[in-house]
Amino acid sequence: MARVIAKLGDDVSTDVIYPGRYMATVLPTETPQFAFADHAELNALLKSGRAPTGGVIVAGKNFGCGSSREQACSCLKGHELTIVARGFARIFLQNSINLGLDLVTAPDVEAAEGDELEVTADEVVNRTTGHKYATVPLPAARQAIIDAGGLIAYTRQRLLAAR
Amino acid sequence: MPMTVVEKILARASGRDVARAGDVVEPAVDLAMSHENAALVINQFAEIYEGTGLEPRIWDPARIAIIFDHRVPAESPKTASNQKKVREFVARHGITRFHDIRGDEGGICHQILPENGYVRPGAVVVGTDSHTTSHGALGAFAFGIGATEMASVWALGVALNVEVPRTIRVEVSGAFAPGVGPKDLILHLVGLLTAEGANFRVIEFHGETVRAMSTSGRLTLCNMSVEAGATSGVVPGDAETVRYLREVAGVSDPIVVVTPDAGADYERTLAIDAAALVPQIACPHTVDNVRPVDAVVGTRVHQIVIGSCTNGRLDDIAAAARILRGRKVARGTRMLVFPASARIYQEALAAGYVADLMRAGAVVMNSGCGPCLGVHEGALGDGEVALSTTNRNFKGRMGNPKSEVYLCSPEVAAASAVTGVITDPRKGA
Ligand code: SF4
Repeated sequence: MARVIAKLGDDVSTDVIYPGRYMATVLPTETPQFAFADHAELNALLKSGRAPTGGVIVAGKNFGCGSSREQACSCLKGHELTIVARGFARIFLQNSINLGLDLVTAPDVEAAEGDELEVTADEVVNRTTGHKYATVPLPAARQAIIDAGGLIAYTRQRLLAAR
Repeated sequence: MPMTVVEKILARASGRDVARAGDVVEPAVDLAMSHENAALVINQFAEIYEGTGLEPRIWDPARIAIIFDHRVPAESPKTASNQKKVREFVARHGITRFHDIRGDEGGICHQILPENGYVRPGAVVVGTDSHTTSHGALGAFAFGIGATEMASVWALGVALNVEVPRTIRVEVSGAFAPGVGPKDLILHLVGLLTAEGANFRVIEFHGETVRAMSTSGRLTLCNMSVEAGATSGVVPGDAETVRYLREVAGVSDPIVVVTPDAGADYERTLAIDAAALVPQIACPHTVDNVRPVDAVVGTRVHQIVIGSCTNGRLDDIAAAARILRGRKVARGTRMLVFPASARIYQEALAAGYVADLMRAGAVVMNSGCGPCLGVHEGALGDGEVALSTTNRNFKGRMGNPKSEVYLCSPEVAAASAVTGVITDPRKGA
């Protein structure tokens, strides 16, 4: 079970998730402080430590559209968030798989801030409203990367296998 | 089995006879491009090798390009230190396609690659930048990836687990009216498709209008294909592609263009009549919020920006110079011009465009990304409005979430500079 700490709309861009002016900061240990830097309330909540571990951000379509900057994933992963959205932009989805940020695609999901969600193998259950929403599985080809524990580990396996 | 351009490219690069949308392939990479974010790629690359007992080694240093453009000259000690780290890595690994901050060979990555002949028709190009889609203008399959994925490419030389995308075919017919061009076409298309309408798809451009278009215009189309979510845009190679590579990029080795097979399977086909287009504007804060210029004419503009990988080429600067020659940028409006590469800057100087623009009151800056991504140079004040030839208008894109960015063609930007309000270039400034 996880609580919705923020509800956002469609087309949340990487400029909103991680503004360009912090792009010189690259280390995953340093990027989380700038997550939603221009969204003062959410940024403050994340930095305060009051957000529950494993908290959920619920969003609309095309979450993560825009830049390929990986900081947009590492900054969210640093706060141990799960993103439940109606859809994700391609590069953001791939970066998240590579880095191990939890994404759930649920095309019809409805949830409000404070709702309690449960994510199962094939649906998102909103325990607060009682509604259930089907999820779309990740592209099957990506599972190997997830199974390996991320792209770094997967590439390492491939290098060693090729030796 | 008839294939689209990208299916053909991926089949070849993966050593298969056929690749169909939905297949999972591991294409060999012909060119792997990064910019300042190579600093992060270097970290991830080192991490891959940790504990393996293997010496970190780039699969093929000749296939890597690194271009400093996003924050040049460095805006902060942090960026300067990242750039220093990348320079050291480049020297250690023998990377030759490196473009530092220079007035002879520097510029924006998506301009440097084409003008140096680094991209060929049929190539697989990956870049740690979402606008890597640009290089489809030369008939390549080019797409953006993250830094960790780039580190993996540096180690293995292949892009892992790529799902062959479906293709949307766009047929463009008719001649542009005066004052209307490729930027208006792609803004219109992004508005039609919406910001996620081409997500996980390739847009393949066809039709007489595209065939008659210069490589510069095609770069604009493919550049902004990602604003509809596309994995890539592609213009099948043709006589213009060969001309550009020979005459502009100085390529002398054989060029083989890849064209789609008759009967290839497209997810859908869209027809656009270019002759019916009017100047288009993407309004704040999404790129697909596109309206005809009429809808926003008269909107007060504080800053005009001409430049970026979308519209910072010689024809764009020439169009602006033509409109501004002998005129003045309106008081209360500032105009910034960023040529896309040092070479274009020099050509604009030689042609007198820089003088035209400066006499009009524009500030012509060093080539690079400039204010496009809101890190340095040309930040906006609270409540200010920018009208820009760049490709994104997301909230905060130009560094200030309390400002607004409208996107347009160089013609609209230049005509509006004269009046200080959004102006239809066809009606004259
Ligand atoms: S000019 Fe703008 S869009 Fe183009 S590469 Fe630079 S930051 Fe990205």
